[in-house]
Amino acid sequence: MSATPVYLDAATATPLHPVARQALLAAFEDGWADPGKLYTQARRARQLLDAARAAAAEVLGVRPDELSFTPSGTMAAHAAVLGGLAGRRRAGRTLVHSAIEHSAVLHAAERHVADGGDAVSVPVDRLGRLDVDAWSAAVRAPGVAFAALISASHEVGTVQPVAEAAAACADAGVPLHVDAAQSVGRVPVPAGWSVLTASAHKWGGPAGVGLLVVRKGTRWESPYPADERESGRTPGALNLPAVVAAAASLRAVAADAAAEAARLAPLVDRIRARVAAEVPDVEVVGDPERRLPHLVTFSCLYVDGEALLHALDRRGFAVSSGSSCTSSTLRPSHVLEAMGVLSHGNVRVSLHRETSEADVERFLAELPGIVADLRAEAGVVGL
Amino acid sequence: MPDEVLDCRGQRCPLPVIAVARRLPELPVGTVVRVLADDPAAAVDIPAWCRMRGQEFVGQITGPDGPAYDVRRRH
Repeated sequence: MSATPVYLDAATATPLHPVARQALLAAFEDGWADPGKLYTQARRARQLLDAARAAAAEVLGVRPDELSFTPSGTMAAHAAVLGGLAGRRRAGRTLVHSAIEHSAVLHAAERHVADGGDAVSVPVDRLGRLDVDAWSAAVRAPGVAFAALISASHEVGTVQPVAEAAAACADAGVPLHVDAAQSVGRVPVPAGWSVLTASAHKWGGPAGVGLLVVRKGTRWESPYPADERESGRTPGALNLPAVVAAAASLRAVAADAAAEAARLAPLVDRIRARVAAEVPDVEVVGDPERRLPHLVTFSCLYVDGEALLHALDRRGFAVSSGSSCTSSTLRPSHVLEAMGVLSHGNVRVSLHRETSEADVERFLAELPGIVADLRAEAGVVGL
Repeated sequence: MPDEVLDCRGQRCPLPVIAVARRLPELPVGTVVRVLADDPAAAVDIPAWCRMRGQEFVGQITGPDGPAYDVRRRH
């Protein structure tokens, strides 16, 4: 007997919003032409693209000409970091970033270091919150060109002190990139950043659309060979139907964001409380209060993360893990490592608009038995 | 110097943590056990286990046998 599937990995990819599906199908009909050309079909495509840009810009509170669509959130993050460093190369070659950035930002940082630049990683505390004093000192140092901070941890949900970090950057005259992939469409992002990126499939849009916002006056230079599309910020023909669907769904989720956050945050609180109370030897990680409304992470002592994921999958639950055995590199999550919390037996649960209270209750009812069975099999009961 | 060495090289987490959790309570309070573990997760998980169990994480050293972690039984 196979259990009803319960998808709890919205932080990786959120199920397609109905508005996105509708917009996608409509745009396949009349959004296939190149919006840069001078004929009727192209003008229709241009109208769709302009409307999508205006809608997304309105949600983010920016000017439409500050916003470009990219082929993914990852490429938006790469472009944000490498373009921010390129635009400020005369100021210096140092990138400051938190220790808990998404791998897209860290990989861009590695590229920068391989090219002879420097990267300074700023630590977080046990709850996964940025050390603001260390950050302020780091961005004030000579030769700092650019800084990058995730709006909220994609692995443990801790919301970062973006406003304080942005103020420190402003004092030092250093532009700040905020990777807002887990926040856009769910919670407001404080102002003060110069570059912001997001990813449509995190809010219920299709995969293959990212947002790159560069505020007016920011010294940012495209890291790619020249291309006139998207204000020269991102090369290549856009997947226009996906862009239209991304913008339409962003407007829809932003309109419901406050209500959704009010519905999901108590479910996350319930998971945090019940897992801690009903699963022995578990560490619930991340800030208990300053956190995203839809994401919760915990680690089960003596349990193999991969075995736990498979056991949950057999009962119909789709979740993610930061344990080393579940990663292709066999390294533990750099986020859990930076926080100094248990990395094995790790589970990240992330909720979305289709997640019901009954789904969460079924997960909470089954989890203690699943963990107990795995511990019994491994012979670690009573340790 | 440690009083005892647990060789967990080649073992994936959580096995090195399980090994120290099994052995430490069998030894007198104050004993220091050195865990040899080459799984990078051990660097995170052995200190985290000490914190969760109220045992003392003495420190990490890298010797000829690779990374090692010293743990003292406190109770």
